[in-house]
Amino acid sequence: MSKFKKKKSGGIPAVNTAALPDIVFMLLFFFMVTTVMREVTLKVKVVTPQATEVNKLERKSLVSYIYIGEPTDQLQSKFGTADRIQLNDAFATKKDIIAFVEGEREQTDPAEVPLMTFSIKADQKAEMGIVTDVKQELRKANALKINYSTKKTDKIID
Amino acid sequence: MARRESPEINAGSMADIAFLLLIFFLVTTTMDVDTGLTRKLPPPIEEELENPPEIRERNVFQVLVNANDDLLVEGEPMLVSNLRAEAKLFIVGDALDESMPEFKYTDVPLLGKMLVSKQIVSLQNDRGTSYEMYIKVQNELVGAYNEVREEYAQQKFGKTMQQLDDGAQTTELFKQQLKAVKKVYPQRISEAEPKNVGE
Repeated sequence: MSKFKKKKSGGIPAVNTAALPDIVFMLLFFFMVTTVMREVTLKVKVVTPQATEVNKLERKSLVSYIYIGEPTDQLQSKFGTADRIQLNDAFATKKDIIAFVEGEREQTDPAEVPLMTFSIKADQKAEMGIVTDVKQELRKANALKINYSTKKTDKIID
Repeated sequence: MARRESPEINAGSMADIAFLLLIFFLVTTTMDVDTGLTRKLPPPIEEELENPPEIRERNVFQVLVNANDDLLVEGEPMLVSNLRAEAKLFIVGDALDESMPEFKYTDVPLLGKMLVSKQIVSLQNDRGTSYEMYIKVQNELVGAYNEVREEYAQQKFGKTMQQLDDGAQTTELFKQQLKAVKKVYPQRISEAEPKNVGE
């Protein structure tokens, strides 16, 4: 069995790193697959409020977002600082919401339409007036499953 | 020309390239899960009802928020931090107390006929209320229901709501127990149309 004869030369043999690229590639593929690049460019500033009783949003493909907040700093010279609604990539008014809901429904498998959730990502400084308008429009569009996007926290401060 | 043997490509730096890509994806990956308060909107009303169902004043827990983010609960100013405890007292109720909501016999799975409170929480806000305040109030009200249910589930079935929720998919008993808890303490948060101030 000369094949398994130990090398007699002294010193610690170098660690075989031939498999290192494989390991790294494995990790790489994992992160490539799990990475979700942000689909929309936010045109409004949104800092969501904090809450303790939050649920996780599951099935992200069934969630559509409605952003509410004041325009970002670059856009403020053009659009002012009043709160605005953003749907997909553009500013919208409350009248566009019904069409938006219909559009989102068309892109979804008909069997899963009842499971669709509309997540309202509103800035904590936004006024309820505009949020209420959005809610009323969603009601008109019969999109009743909604979610107020919030961050999880342990304690609510007065 | 004689064919030369192509030299082997040095793959030693492959690991470095892979590392570079790996670090890029590590940095760009956002693992954050979207979280939020899930609510259900009432279906749209086609026309005004002729006779809206009458709800007695004692059954209603009235929460008002004005444009200055002040909270008024049952006619008394209150801090958000006290709202949860107050709402819990109301949801649990007291059959002997005249000012607390009425009770009604209701069929509950597993438990049979039971007295269930006719409680209803009414939330009204102003158009000028900040979204942050609104979420805080919503959170406390949902939290009050969750805590009441949690206590009931532990006392009655010796399980947490989390356990019931997880088991409901697979076990019929858990599903029934979860239903029972929700039936005993139904979440009734009614949101009135906000007042239009200055319009």
